[in-house]
Amino acid sequence: MTVFVIRRLLQAFFVVFLMSVIVFFGVNIVGDPVYMLVSPDADQADIEAAIRRLGLDRPIWDQYVLFLKGAAQGNLGDSFIFGEPALKLILHHMPATLELAFSALVLAIVLGIPLGLYSGLYPDHMVSKGIMAGSILGFSLPTFWVGLMLILVFAVELGWLPSTGRGDTASVFGIETSLATWDGLSHIFLPALNLALLKISLAIRLTRAGVREAMGQDYVKYARAKGISTKRIIFVHVMKNIMIPVVTVMGLEFGSLIGFSVVTETIFAWPGMGKLLIDAILQLDRPVVVAYLMIMVLFFVLINLVVDILYSILDPRVRLQDQGA
Amino acid sequence: MSVSTVQAEVKVETPFQRLRAEFFESRIAATAFVVFTVIVLLAVLAPWITPQNPYDLAQVDVLDGRLPPGSEAFAGYTMWLGSDGAGRDLYSAILYGLRISISVGLASGVIALAIGMAIGLIAAYVGGRTEAVIMRVVDLQLSFPASLVALMLVAALGKGVDKIILALVVAQWAYYARTVRATALVERRKEYVEAAQCLGLSRMRIVFRHILPNCLAPLIVVGTVQTAHAVSLEATLSFLGVGLPQTEPSLGVLIANGFEYMLSGRYWISVFPGIALLLTVASINLVGDQLRDVLNPRLKK
Repeated sequence: MTVFVIRRLLQAFFVVFLMSVIVFFGVNIVGDPVYMLVSPDADQADIEAAIRRLGLDRPIWDQYVLFLKGAAQGNLGDSFIFGEPALKLILHHMPATLELAFSALVLAIVLGIPLGLYSGLYPDHMVSKGIMAGSILGFSLPTFWVGLMLILVFAVELGWLPSTGRGDTASVFGIETSLATWDGLSHIFLPALNLALLKISLAIRLTRAGVREAMGQDYVKYARAKGISTKRIIFVHVMKNIMIPVVTVMGLEFGSLIGFSVVTETIFAWPGMGKLLIDAILQLDRPVVVAYLMIMVLFFVLINLVVDILYSILDPRVRLQDQGA
Repeated sequence: MSVSTVQAEVKVETPFQRLRAEFFESRIAATAFVVFTVIVLLAVLAPWITPQNPYDLAQVDVLDGRLPPGSEAFAGYTMWLGSDGAGRDLYSAILYGLRISISVGLASGVIALAIGMAIGLIAAYVGGRTEAVIMRVVDLQLSFPASLVALMLVAALGKGVDKIILALVVAQWAYYARTVRATALVERRKEYVEAAQCLGLSRMRIVFRHILPNCLAPLIVVGTVQTAHAVSLEATLSFLGVGLPQTEPSLGVLIANGFEYMLSGRYWISVFPGIALLLTVASINLVGDQLRDVLNPRLKK
């Protein structure tokens, strides 16, 4: 077990290191941020001063070593545009993204599981076929286009909900959140729905498959033979068994929700780290791009590490196979 | 009754004919196939069937800008889908955009398929440490969502057709590699491979001439689905402004351009390219779904 964990940890470090090389050199070879930051009528001396200030006059290897040194101390460089530490900027935008991803996850579970349950129990019903067709659409519609249509219908045509921003936020336990005010809730609903769409489809399919499989099992027949009401069989016995895989998968999808939020945040002008990233890319604000990418890599490597270790505890075969290879 | 007359009555059916007949059994799949064919034809024939080359500045009149669907352009033709902010006829712009979207999707799909296929075959046939390392990398890559990988790459590489294709290839090769390896592992244990080895055929020949053709079915299925995904991903990245530049206006770029006008009620600039994108992605997906059913013997009744 210890060997397994150590191997995985080393692997995780290696991945983070490799990604830091790819990300840093990839970002730094493209474009020249100096010309973005110095006013067009600046003379040569101003430009050189700016280059020195930003550390761009050193060889790229030196820049990378400096970056690594800084990264080890939690300093990923200062934003060219805001002049603040990039890490601080991202952490400042993180709560909005987490809040959006969390709301989307809740929506996916609250909408997806009942719909999947219904279509699993009555697979031949017209409504179920409608639900399944909807879930196929949910998979093949590009998220950004659905977002546009949501804005067009609910914000522009009907005027029911606002289309941009976060609305009023209130402080709960010291965290600013939109979930605590009506105005904030009305702002978060559309983006959360947009982000949740893919996961709603996923939840529908998982639940439906689980229900259909479970309904034919012996324990359900036995419960029926005992004379237990259908309601109780479904909500106590079947649900208990299918919820574990559904919840596990949905939990794992949280990471991809944060990744996908880049699209939703850009459309709905949600002030999270995804929008920050897109703005940073467009303005060639390299430290922020690098910091965002490194944080995402770290985030995913951590999720995978935890999942791997949990699985190896739950299923020793995973561990043994790995050591055999 | 001689044997020969009996044989003459048996309908000779090649595997391709059988697959074709089974494929068109589903009305949805048949419709999707027709829709996709029409889209490809429209894209290929765009220069001959559009009233305007939207990127030839001599043919675009700014005075035609933001006209609603059905308006008449200054040059005399009717703009059935309206025009965008720069005065381009949207019908023409969409067909030209389809060309770019589909070629980027296909190019990245084919390259990713070739790379993934080669790597997957090597992993399956060589085995041992090579296989372990390759599959570790594949697992690692698949633990990141493909869209995030592509986004990270364009964030690092910048805009441009070549960079987008590179990003899509890197984001997708692992899916092909995993599929090919899984199928090839099953195939290489079959007797025909042993027979080929006994005949003293070279490794390369066995892998590429004997094992590979038997791995094609799942590859085709994954290929269609991944190509649809590539088209959609490219549109997403272009919409975000980090994909294709304005000079290569794919559907995503067109939709992004229309976004600013949408809030003022000029819906058509974003909606029509979006519908074109939707039809393309959905029709490829539906064709892929049906191919999966037809090519997978386990799902046969």
